[in-house]
Amino acid sequence: MPLLGMRNIHKAFAGNPVLRGVDLAVNEGEVHVLLGENGAGKSTLIKILTGAYPKDQGEIWWKGRAVTIAAPIDAMRLGIAAIYQELNLVPHLSVWENLFLGQELRRVKGFPFLDRRTMRRRAVECLRLLGQDIDPDVPVSRLGIGQQQLVEIAKALVRDAKLIIMDEPTASLTDAEAEQLFATMHALRSKGVAFLYISHRLEEIRRVGDRVTVLRDGQTIATHDVRRVSAETLIEQMVGRKITEKYPKKPFVRGAEGLRVENLKRKGANHAVSFAAYQGEVLGIAGLVGAGRTELARAIFGVDPPESGRIYVFGEEVHIRSPADAIRAGMAFITEDRKREGLFLDQSLSFNVAIANLPAFKRRALLSPAKIRETAERYMRELRVRPFNCSLRARNFSGGNQQKIVLAKWLCTQAKIFLFDEPTRGIDVGAKVDVYHLINALVENGAVVILISSELPELLGMCDRILVMREGRIVADLPRGEATQERIMKAATGGMAE
Amino acid sequence: MSPVPTNAAVAPDGPPRARRLSEEVRHGLGALLGLLLLCLVLTFLSDKFFTLDNLMNIARQSSVNSLLALGMLLTILTAGIDLSVGSVLALSIMTMGVVVVQWQWNPFVGIAVCLGVGTFLGWLNGLMLTKLRLPHPFISTLGTMNIARGLALIVTGAAPIAGFPEAVQYVGRAFAGPVPVSFLLVVAMYGLFHVVLTRTATGRYIYAIGSNREAARLAGIPVDRVLILVYTLSGLLAALAGLVLVGRVNSAYPLAGLGYELDAIAAVIIGGASFFGGVGTVWGTLIGALIIAVLRNGLNLLDVAADLQTVVIGAVIIVAVYLDVLRQRSRKGA
Repeated sequence: MPLLGMRNIHKAFAGNPVLRGVDLAVNEGEVHVLLGENGAGKSTLIKILTGAYPKDQGEIWWKGRAVTIAAPIDAMRLGIAAIYQELNLVPHLSVWENLFLGQELRRVKGFPFLDRRTMRRRAVECLRLLGQDIDPDVPVSRLGIGQQQLVEIAKALVRDAKLIIMDEPTASLTDAEAEQLFATMHALRSKGVAFLYISHRLEEIRRVGDRVTVLRDGQTIATHDVRRVSAETLIEQMVGRKITEKYPKKPFVRGAEGLRVENLKRKGANHAVSFAAYQGEVLGIAGLVGAGRTELARAIFGVDPPESGRIYVFGEEVHIRSPADAIRAGMAFITEDRKREGLFLDQSLSFNVAIANLPAFKRRALLSPAKIRETAERYMRELRVRPFNCSLRARNFSGGNQQKIVLAKWLCTQAKIFLFDEPTRGIDVGAKVDVYHLINALVENGAVVILISSELPELLGMCDRILVMREGRIVADLPRGEATQERIMKAATGGMAE
Repeated sequence: MSPVPTNAAVAPDGPPRARRLSEEVRHGLGALLGLLLLCLVLTFLSDKFFTLDNLMNIARQSSVNSLLALGMLLTILTAGIDLSVGSVLALSIMTMGVVVVQWQWNPFVGIAVCLGVGTFLGWLNGLMLTKLRLPHPFISTLGTMNIARGLALIVTGAAPIAGFPEAVQYVGRAFAGPVPVSFLLVVAMYGLFHVVLTRTATGRYIYAIGSNREAARLAGIPVDRVLILVYTLSGLLAALAGLVLVGRVNSAYPLAGLGYELDAIAAVIIGGASFFGGVGTVWGTLIGALIIAVLRNGLNLLDVAADLQTVVIGAVIIVAVYLDVLRQRSRKGA
C-alpha cells in the first residue's frame, strides 16, 4: 500500500485544462521523482497536494484511506511538507527558533512562556537525524544555501512530515552542497520518510531517485524504476516526440581571426587568460560554476574592466573600459541573467529592441517611432516572437520570448562578435532550437560566436571548438572531433592536464 | 539575415494603432478624468470658479509647482528623487537679488546668475550621486536641501530683497492677452521635454536607467552622464521656477520654496509616474500639478482653512496612488 495515492486528478483554470487525469503513487521511504517540461503541470499538482488549490476532480489517498485536502493546514496535519526554491526561513532567528517557528512549545499550555530548553534539545536531535553538523544556535543568515535547505528539511521533520516535496532543490546549490543534500535524503529514507522530488535535470534522477513519474500536458505518461529506464526514453516521454535535431549544427569553414585576447587579467585574479576566436566557428567555453567563465566575458565586454591585457578585434587593438566601448568595437554580450541584466521589464518590446542602438533610428534630429516599430517587427518575425505585439511590455512575454527580445536588441547593434552566456537556460525546447538556428545564421554571416554553457551536450552539439576553464585559467582547447563529455569534465575538475 | 523561415501566419500587418496609443496615454487618462471631474464639481459648488479670471489665476498659481514638478519627474523617472528643489529655488533668487538689487547689475546678468546657481547646484547633486557614489539621491539631495537653505539665509542675514527691475519680473508678472506668460513658459517647457523624453536617445535612456540600471549600463548607455544631466536640469528648472516666483510676489525671501519639493513629488505621483522609476509622462505630471492647483484654489473659494486644505491634498495623493494600484491589479488579472 502506497503512502500517497493520487488518482485521475483534474484541474482547469478559467476553462483551460492544466491537469487532465494525473495518477501518482509514492511509497513510504522512497525518493520519487516528478519529471516534466515547463507547463507540464508539476507545480499545479504540488499545489493541489499542499492545499493551495482545490482539485476539480479525482481522489487523494493517504495510507490507504481517502482524504480531503482543502487547505494548507490539512496537508500539514497529514504530514505533507513542501520546500520551495524560495526558502521560508527567518534570517535573523537562530536555527532552532526557525525549526519551531509557529509551533513553539510552551512550559504551561495556554501561557506565553516558551519552553526553550526542550525546543533546543529536540532541534539538536532533529539535526543529528540529518547527519549534518549544523550549530542550532547560529542565525540562519550565517548558513549557506545548502545548509539552509537542510534546515528546511529539519523543520519538516519537527512537524512530523512523512512526505517532503522538494521543488528543484539543486538549482541554487553547488555540487558539494547537492551531494550533502542527497546524502541526507538517503539517510532519512531509511527512517521511512518519503520524498517527492521535482526536477528536469536528467543526470540527477539516477543519482537521487528510486522511481520516476513523467508528466506531459497535464497527464501521467509513465512511472519507471529509475535503474531500468534510459535517458532517451525519459526525454522522449517528456517532450512527446523524438528530437531528431536537438542541436542543428551546420558545418563551417574556419575564417579570419575575429577576437584575440592576450594576457587578460581580471582584478584579483591569479592568472591571465589568452585565446583567439575565429569567423566560421562556434567557440564554446566549458567549466564548472565558479571557474571564471562569466567573469572572463564580463572583463572582455568592459563590465568589470580588466587589470591588464590586450584585446584585438579583427586584428586591431581595442581599448575597452566600459560596455559602451565594447559595443563600439562591435561586441554584443547576451548575459546569463536576462531579467536583471538584459531586459527593461516595464518597457515595451520595441523599446527593448532599440535601446542599445538608438542613434540608428533617427530621422533628422529626432527618433522615429515608426522606424523603431518596423525594425522590432522584423526581428519578431525572424525570431518567431509570440505574441506578435511590439507595444506589449517585456514583462508579459514568456522566458523563451524574453530571451529572443534580448537577442534582437543585440542584433540591432550590428555587432560582429557575440558573447553568449548560458543563452538557453530556463527556456523551453522549441525556443532553444530557435537560439541554435540564430547562432548558425550569425556564423554564416561572418560573425564570431562565443558560447558559454554549463550544459555539456549543448557545447558538444553546437561548438566547433571548446575551451575548458578551471579556477580562472584555460586548461584545455579541444577541437570538435576530440571533445567528449569525459575529457571536458576531466579538464574542468583537474583530472587531466593538456 | 533570416535565421529561421518567416512564418507568415503569425505576422499580421502590425498591432492596431489604437491599442498602441492607449498604452501610452492610459497613464495620464485617469488623472485627466480626475481633473475634469474636480472642475465640474467646483463649478457647481462655486459660481466664481469657472470664470476666465479664476482659471487664468489657477494657471498662474500652478506655474511654479509645474516647473519644479517637471524637474522632479526627470529624477523620479530614473528611480531617483530631488529633495533640494525648494532650497535651490531660494538660493538662486537670493543670489539674483544681491546681484540685481544690491549691486545694481544688469537684470539679464542677474537672470543668468539665477539660472546659473540652480544649474550648478543640480550638477553638484548629480556628481554626488555618480562620482561619490552616495547610495541614494534621497541622501545627497537632502544634504543639498539643507546647505542651500542655510546659504539662502546667510546671503542677506535672513532679510528679504524687494524692488526687482521690470525685466526680472516679466515672466512671473506679465500677461499675453488674458494668459499669464508664466503659464506659457510652463506649456513651452512641457512641450520641449515631451519631445526630449519620447523622441531623443537621451530621453529614452532616462527611462531605461529607471527601469533597469544594470541592463542600461550593459547596453552601452552612459548612465553617469545621463544622471548628471537629469539632476542638472532639475536644478535649472528649480531656478526658473524661482524667477517666476520673484515676478509674482515682487521679492526674494530666504524661506521661499519651503516644502515645495513635496508638492512637486505629489504632482508627479498623482500624474501616474512610478516611484520606482521608468514609468511616467510629462502630461501626467502637468495634470497632477493642475489638480493640486485647482484643489487649492477651489478650497479657497469655498473658504476651507489652509490647514484643512493640506489634509485634503494628502488624501488625494493616497487615493490617486491607490486607484493606480487597483488599475494595475485589474490589468494583471485580465
